[in-house]
Amino acid sequence: MAYQLKINGTMRSVDVDGDTPLLWVLRDVVGLTGTKFGCGMAMCGACTVHVDGNPVRSCSFPVEAVGKQAVTTIEAVGQTPVGKRIQAAWVAKDVPQCGYCQSGQIMSACALLRQNPRPSEADVDAAMSGNLCRCGTYPRIRSAILMAAAGAPAKG
Amino acid sequence: MERRDFLKIGAGTGGAFVASFCLPLPAGAAKASAKASAGGAAFEPNVYIRIAPSGKITYVIPFVEMGQGSFTAIPMMLAEEMDVPLSSITVEQAPADEKRYANPVFGMQITGGSASMIAAWKAVRGAGATCRAMLVNAAADTWQCGAQDCATRDGKVVQTATGKQLSYGALASKAATLPVPKDVPPKDPKAYRLVGTPAKRLDTKSKTDGSTRFGIDTRLPGMKVAAITHCPVVGGKVRRVDDSKALAVRGVRRVLVADDIVGVVADHYGAARKGLAALVIDWDEGPNAGFSTAAWKASVRDALKRKGIVSKQEGDFAAAKAAPGTRLVEVEYDAPTMVHAPLEPMNCTLHFHDGACDVWLGTQAPVKTQQAIAAVSSVPVEKIQVHNFLIGGGFGRRLDAEYVGQAAKLAKQVDFPLKVVYSREEDIRHGSFRPLYCDEMAATLDPAGKITAFSHRLSGSSIVARYAPQWLQPGVADPDAVEAAETPYSIPAKTVEYVPVEPPSGYMTAFWRGVGPNHNGWVVEGFMDELAVTAKADPVAFRLAHLGDNPRLKAVLETAAAKSGWGTPLPARTGRGVAVLNAWGSHIAMVMELAVTPDGAVMVRRLTTALDCGVAVNPDSVVAQMEGGHIFGLTAVMLGQLTIDKGRVQQSNFHDYPLMRIDQTPRMDVHLVRSSAEPGGVGEIGTAIVAPAYINALYAATGKRFRSYPVAPEELKA
Repeated sequence: MAYQLKINGTMRSVDVDGDTPLLWVLRDVVGLTGTKFGCGMAMCGACTVHVDGNPVRSCSFPVEAVGKQAVTTIEAVGQTPVGKRIQAAWVAKDVPQCGYCQSGQIMSACALLRQNPRPSEADVDAAMSGNLCRCGTYPRIRSAILMAAAGAPAKG
Repeated sequence: MERRDFLKIGAGTGGAFVASFCLPLPAGAAKASAKASAGGAAFEPNVYIRIAPSGKITYVIPFVEMGQGSFTAIPMMLAEEMDVPLSSITVEQAPADEKRYANPVFGMQITGGSASMIAAWKAVRGAGATCRAMLVNAAADTWQCGAQDCATRDGKVVQTATGKQLSYGALASKAATLPVPKDVPPKDPKAYRLVGTPAKRLDTKSKTDGSTRFGIDTRLPGMKVAAITHCPVVGGKVRRVDDSKALAVRGVRRVLVADDIVGVVADHYGAARKGLAALVIDWDEGPNAGFSTAAWKASVRDALKRKGIVSKQEGDFAAAKAAPGTRLVEVEYDAPTMVHAPLEPMNCTLHFHDGACDVWLGTQAPVKTQQAIAAVSSVPVEKIQVHNFLIGGGFGRRLDAEYVGQAAKLAKQVDFPLKVVYSREEDIRHGSFRPLYCDEMAATLDPAGKITAFSHRLSGSSIVARYAPQWLQPGVADPDAVEAAETPYSIPAKTVEYVPVEPPSGYMTAFWRGVGPNHNGWVVEGFMDELAVTAKADPVAFRLAHLGDNPRLKAVLETAAAKSGWGTPLPARTGRGVAVLNAWGSHIAMVMELAVTPDGAVMVRRLTTALDCGVAVNPDSVVAQMEGGHIFGLTAVMLGQLTIDKGRVQQSNFHDYPLMRIDQTPRMDVHLVRSSAEPGGVGEIGTAIVAPAYINALYAATGKRFRSYPVAPEELKA
C-alpha cells in the first residue's frame, strides 16, 4: 500500500509492502543512497537514520512503523546545528577511511549529542558501540565527537 | 626503450596541456613489451596529466581508493613536484587497461599488496617534475629569458627578477608545443613543502554528508535489484527451484537460476530479500558436504610430512644442533582461516546490451573483473567497460572478481541493468578464505643464548598459484607464502621450506590484509618469544641482540620499548608483549599491554607502535593506517573464528562473526620514526604486527603460551 513519509522535510509517497524495511525505501525507492546496507539485522549501524530525532537501524525498521514521524538521513543532518558540528569535527579529525560506515556513525553521533551535549569518553563508547567500522576509525570517531561536544553552546 | 618514447605532449581540447608518460615496466613485462613493439616502437603511455586553461589539473590514477588514502597521498607527490596547491588536482579513475595501467610492482592492474605508494613514488614524481619544467620553459619562452630566471609556486611561473607571473593554465597550450626536456630530476626531498606534512584527505567531506557514491549506490534507468543465494554447502549446485511463492511477493519481477546460484529480481532490495526467503530450493550439495575445518587443518598439517620447496638454505642446521651445550626448541604453530567482511557487501551492477557489457562496482582489480564476465558470457574483454567507484572496504576481497562472474550468469539473462547485492550472510558464507597454515618451527640456542640455527617449514594454500601463476617460477616457492618466513634476525643457519596444499575446489583462498607476512610474522615472532624465554632473556633485549644487520628495525624496537614503558612493573595478570616485522619496505615494532581477568576475559589496555615507513608522504594517513590496521588485527586475533562443518561456513553475520567495536578499542600511540628512505607500504603492516604482540602479551600476563588463535576465555582462567 501507499505510505506518506516525511523524509528530510519533504513528503514522499511510496507504494511498498508495509513490512519493507525503511532502508530499502530510502535507498531503492526514494533514491537517498547515503544511508548504507551493512548487515540487515541491526548489528552494524551502517543504516542508522533519525526517526523523530531518535537513532533507528533502518534495515530492521518496517516502513509501516514510521507513521507521521519525521525521517532524517545523512543527506540532511548537516542542516541541524549538531549535524553541522559533527560533520566539521569529522573533517577536522579526518575520521573516514573507506567511508562506507560513516553515514551511520555520524547519525549515531548526532543522536548522542542531541541527548547528551557533553558526553564523557565512556558515554561516547556506549552510544557508538552499535556502529561497526571495518577500517577501524574508532579512535578518531571518539576524538571527533568529543571535539564537537566541546564546541557545543553552553547549557542555559 | 627509446628515450623519446618516455613522454609525449599533446594539446587537449580547449587549449589543455596533456602530458602522457610511458613509465618503465617490471623486467618481465618490459621484455614482453619490447618484443611486441620490435617492429616500430608504439607509444603506449601509462601516466596521464592534463592541465586545463583554468589551471585545474587532472591526474588519471591507476590505483583505487579503498580507505588507505591513496587518492590524497599520490596527488600530494604530484602537487609537490609541480608546485601547485593540492586542491588544484583532481583524480580520475583509470579505465581497465592492463597494458597501460599495470602496477609495475605486479605487472597487473591491481591495487593491493601495500604497493601503491611504492609504485607511485617512482612513477609520479618524475612525471610531475617534467610537467613543471615544461611550464617553466613555456614561460621563459614567452618572456624571452632563461628557465633559470624563473621560479614556480602555487600553480604559477614567476620571473624572479621582475615578479611577472603566468599561471599554469595560461601556459598550458604553449607548453604543449615545446620540445620535451630529458631526464628532469624530481625535487630534493629537503625542498619539500607538502610531502611529509599532514594533509587533509581530499575525499573526507563527501564521506561525511552521504554524497560519496560506492558501487552499491549505482542507480540506472530501468535497473532492477537482485538478492541471491548460493548452496549452503560451498560448491553445491541448484537441482530444482520452486519460485511460486517468491513471484507472488509484491515488487518481485523474475527469479533467475544459474548452475550454482539463484537470484530474485525485484524493484527494490527489500522485495528481493522477501522473495528470496520465499523460495524453495532443492540443492545438490556436491562433493564438499563432508568437509570441515578439522579436515582442512589435518590435510595442511599432514602436508608437512612431505618434502616442500626450499626457499632459503643458509648454514648447517645439523651442525649447529650437534654443537656442545646447544638447546633445541621445536614447536608447531598454525594460523586460522578467515574471511574479509568489508562493510560494503559484495555487489555489482551489470548491463548486457548490444553484444557488450557495462559493469559498475568498486574493485581492486578491474581487469580481473572483465575477465570474470568474459568467462561466463559471449562478450569479449574489450567490450566490457568497468565503471570503478570508491570502495567500501577491500582488504583483499575485491582483488578477486569471482562474485562478478556469478552475478553475470544472472544478468546476462535479462536486457535491463541488474544490480546484484550479496547479503551479509552470503558475504560471510561465500567469501574467499584466508589460507589456513601450519608451521613447524625449530631453532638452536648456544650456551650464551644466541640463536645458531633456525628452521621454518610451512604448509598451506598457494594463493599466487591461482591468482597470478605468472609470478611463479618452476622450483621456486610462492613468494607471498614465504615472505617474512625467514625472520629479520641475523642467524648463521636458516632454512625455510614451503609445502603447498589446497583445500577442495570451491573453497577459494585469497589475499587477506597482511598476506604472507601476516601469517609468517605471527609464527616467527611468537616463536622468537619462546626462544627468549628458553634463553632466560628479556624479549626486547633478546631481539635487539639478534638484529645486528637491521638498524631500522632496531631503531623502531628501541622506540616502541622506550615509549611503552617496557620493563616497568605491572599488576598481576597484566603483561606486555612485543613483536617486530619488516615487510613491504616498512619496519614496525609494537608493544601491547593487556590484562586478563580471573574469568579469562582479555582487556587490551594500550598499544605502542613505532614505524619507519621511509618518507611518510601524508603522515596523518600513515597514523590512520596503523590505528585501523591494529584494530583489524585485534579483530582477527581476538575474535576471528570462521569454521566449516558439513561443507558449510557456520558463521553468517556480525553476531557470530564479530568485529571489534569502539568500546573494545584500546589506547593507541603511534610513533613515526623519521626516515628519508623511499616510502614503504603501510596498508597491511599495522595488521600483521598485532597477533604476535597479543599472544606474547598473553604469555607475559598468564605464563601460558599459545601457538594458535583465537584463544578461548576458558583457557585463560586464573
